[in-house]
Amino acid sequence: MTTKNVWIGRLAIPVMIAMLLFVGSSSVKASNNDQPSAASAEVKIDNFSFAPQTLTVAVGTTVTWTNRDDIPHTAVSTEGVFKSKVMDTDEKFSYTFTKAGTYPYYCTIHPKMTGQVVVQ
Amino acid sequence: MARTSYHLRTLETTESEMTDKKQDFIDQGMQDLNNDGVDRRGFLKCMAWAGTGLVWTMSGGIPVSRAFAKGMHDSGGKGGDFSFVQISDSHMGFNKPANPDVVATLRAAVDKINGLPNQPEFLLHTGDISHLSRPEQFDTVDQVLKGASAKDVFFVPGEHDVLDDNGKSYLERYGKNAQGAGWYSFEHKGVHFIGLVNVLNLKAGGLGSLGGEQLEWMEKDVKHLKHSTPIVVFAHIPLWSLYPDWGWGTQDSAQALAYLKKFGSVTVLNGHIHQIMQKVEGNVTFHTAMSTAFPQPQPGKADSPGPMKVPADQLRSLLGITDVNYVKRQHSLAIVDSTLA
Repeated sequence: MTTKNVWIGRLAIPVMIAMLLFVGSSSVKASNNDQPSAASAEVKIDNFSFAPQTLTVAVGTTVTWTNRDDIPHTAVSTEGVFKSKVMDTDEKFSYTFTKAGTYPYYCTIHPKMTGQVVVQ
Repeated sequence: MARTSYHLRTLETTESEMTDKKQDFIDQGMQDLNNDGVDRRGFLKCMAWAGTGLVWTMSGGIPVSRAFAKGMHDSGGKGGDFSFVQISDSHMGFNKPANPDVVATLRAAVDKINGLPNQPEFLLHTGDISHLSRPEQFDTVDQVLKGASAKDVFFVPGEHDVLDDNGKSYLERYGKNAQGAGWYSFEHKGVHFIGLVNVLNLKAGGLGSLGGEQLEWMEKDVKHLKHSTPIVVFAHIPLWSLYPDWGWGTQDSAQALAYLKKFGSVTVLNGHIHQIMQKVEGNVTFHTAMSTAFPQPQPGKADSPGPMKVPADQLRSLLGITDVNYVKRQHSLAIVDSTLA
């Protein structure tokens, strides 16, 4: 019983934060009708590769990497712009790109895994 | 008990003598191969799967197959002879198919070690001790290995042991007598052991890396050793270009191997790829060990080098340990792989 209560307690805060963020992001969307695509984009990690390998997004986009492998990975900017923690299976990392440019990145654990985000 | 084994002999000769001897060995080797009815193709085929029952004698770089029991007899011995065991890729904390219980398989590896006919004097762990570099994962491995008859364990890190903090906590735990990022050497009964770190500061698109500082240290470390000193190098990622597409190689390993050219017997032991692969190049024998946690696919035989899912009843036949025997009077190292099945 105690364990259950602790879990509910631990879950409650992240759930509330998530709800607030959801409300927040939809209100941003509503006020920026000119740039509906500038919200979020996804990179999936499967079979030791980033997909899409090249992701093109608008300035202001938040990119979320999700590791779907059984092995941990990272997504780290080659030029030191962003650096994820180690993502174990199903863990995520997000970064918001505020400047235009090309951002190459790789997995520091498996450096053969490379990708880039092009921000326009 | 399924085993794969071969034998490596040191040649204490000059270059020209060596060429003559090599030819003798080739002649002898060819004869033996014919007598055994195993050709080179057969040899490679045998080595491709874990758990064969042949002994391979490496004489001047030529593999010669012999009956398994005879080989074991030859490599056992007294006075100055010794054996050690290599274990690798425990991945403590991994809990997905095909192995939800990596503690149990590590325990099985310890049982296997304790049951060896010649008890090893120490263990080498060639990295990926933990799955996620967490203190409790290292603690568990240390705890399980305390059950081994051999009390000394020499570690080198895998990429899974240096996550997030660039190897700082690994070094605090395992690097007390080490240099730099955790490399070191030691002598044991006339054999010189070198533990290398090739999992840090990896560059985008690149392979394993030793780095300038470590290479410089290694050059000095072996400079004053006699050419007849048997050398054992151990590191996590293979020190040969095994399958670069999957990152199975070390970009500056050629430099490290150049420092070892003068030695008659060099044995390189690696992990990382969770399967047995061997290669002989001149005086150097390369060998990779099985994991104690989960198997990985053969190079290029799957979409990625991720864990290979196998039926539960087959798992232990793909995991294992590597027993290395040194016979002083023959200046030879015999490597025997045993699965956990």
